[in-house]
Amino acid sequence: MKLGGRSARWLVAGIGLIPFAALCVAAATGSLGADPPEKILHETGEWALRTLILSLAITPVRRWTGLSGLAPHRRTFGLLAYFYASLHFSSYLVFDLGLDWGELGHSIAERPYITVGFATWLMLTPLALTSTRRAIRRWGRRWTVLHRLAYGAVCGAVIHFLWSVKADPTEPLIYGGLAALLLAARWRPRRRNRTGRKNKTCATLRRPSRDPGQDPA
Amino acid sequence: MLIRRPTPLVDRDVTDRRLYLGRREFLRNSAWTLAGTATAASALAACGPSEEASAARESVSARVRPLTDVRPAPPRFRVDDPVTDRTDATSYNNFYELGLGKEDPAENADRLKTEPWSVVVDGEVGRPGRIPLEDLLKPHPLEERIYRLRCVEAWSMVIPWIGIPLADVLARFEPTSKAKYVAFETLLDRENLPGQRRNVLDWPYREGLRIDEAMHPLSLLAVGMYGETLPPQNGAPLRLVVPWKYGFKSIKSIVRIRLQETEPMTSWNESAPNEYGFYANVNPKVSHPRWSQAKERRIGSWSKRPTLPFNGYEEQVASLYTGMNLRKQF
Repeated sequence: MKLGGRSARWLVAGIGLIPFAALCVAAATGSLGADPPEKILHETGEWALRTLILSLAITPVRRWTGLSGLAPHRRTFGLLAYFYASLHFSSYLVFDLGLDWGELGHSIAERPYITVGFATWLMLTPLALTSTRRAIRRWGRRWTVLHRLAYGAVCGAVIHFLWSVKADPTEPLIYGGLAALLLAARWRPRRRNRTGRKNKTCATLRRPSRDPGQDPA
Repeated sequence: MLIRRPTPLVDRDVTDRRLYLGRREFLRNSAWTLAGTATAASALAACGPSEEASAARESVSARVRPLTDVRPAPPRFRVDDPVTDRTDATSYNNFYELGLGKEDPAENADRLKTEPWSVVVDGEVGRPGRIPLEDLLKPHPLEERIYRLRCVEAWSMVIPWIGIPLADVLARFEPTSKAKYVAFETLLDRENLPGQRRNVLDWPYREGLRIDEAMHPLSLLAVGMYGETLPPQNGAPLRLVVPWKYGFKSIKSIVRIRLQETEPMTSWNESAPNEYGFYANVNPKVSHPRWSQAKERRIGSWSKRPTLPFNGYEEQVASLYTGMNLRKQF
């Protein structure tokens, strides 16, 4: 099986959907525990964060290991993250707010962790919508810039998780640490080139890619 | 000097050229299998209650014994709402001493040693002392009361408690005129209680009531539920039940009751004073800073219902708070 091939991509997507399938099975068999909506809310939220972190891990891991075939999986993980984030948001909307849109507006305006959570979902939306090869080709460099929203999204997701816990911040801090590592791996000090002009882009990150699907960032 | 003779190589020692050339493919495939298995396993483990939890649920019966000579309380102490499923009430608990997850207390139930048990009653009382649990309970008839339980996290249950009015117990110790507040403390046992090894709260857990709240007929010292003694995860062997306040006020596994002149410091109030007040009366109009308290999810239901002022006990307790600004003194 080729690392970045079609079958590998489907395999990753399939594995990524196992938590969703497990939730469906547990819901159908009534084994979600005493508070099923809470369980669904928590699981979908946590899987959104996990898959988002995985999507951000692809580029650094690729660079460290030289396994360029990993690249297409970044999109798969990103789309999984959006899938779980959307489930998470919908279950909040349905189970916690009872589809009360006024209450949704109120919560977004009044409750910081909801504000941040909603903003995170909003940031992921254009990323999911522009994940097609066509969009990548059409948007070119602007696509790369747009997809830096993923950095904002992972920060938002961690803060949202951190602000939502009652007493023990261990778990969100672990995810926060991972996210910080992955963001730090992208950081390069700005260098000036010989002409003294600011080197706006980092050579390794901006290297034009042969395959649009493998665009780095 | 030792000169080791090289072992002669035979055919089977040499890796087949095809396998050798395919080593990267092999590694890749192994990595995929490993990643897949790990993800699948963790996904399955993360969803649905674990086997331990189910086992713990079945063994609730092993940790409790039936309570006899229990009389039903008068109707004003029995709500008509359908009683929460016993399995839910004994497997979905906030009892951080036994773990932070909702299912942890049931899984770790064995870590709470409840025998022997005694309670220290001291402070502003005429007859202070340490009293074995049996002696504390002996003079009082047990009664069953069906109360709503509203957690500050916006879920709720309906529990058939068995216990004795707190007022009757306190009266026996002859509170002095200086007894303005009652402070309660949970067992401190860092060795056995896994949650107390982590500083999520300043252990032991402490709660408190104003003396008129403590003497109110609704305030109950519970020793059982569902016709049996309390399971550890629900606060065995002795806990407070104050049905018009958020659940965290109803302190579990009590080892000390102290009457005092000043308002006691309470655990959640100390940990997050802007989120959890000393009074913590159920109030749909005063939001928790992070979520609304207007609605609650009754365990067993998928949708939310409106939360009632004072958890539906407004008629009985509102007079305790006349003249108080409940928005400020939340």
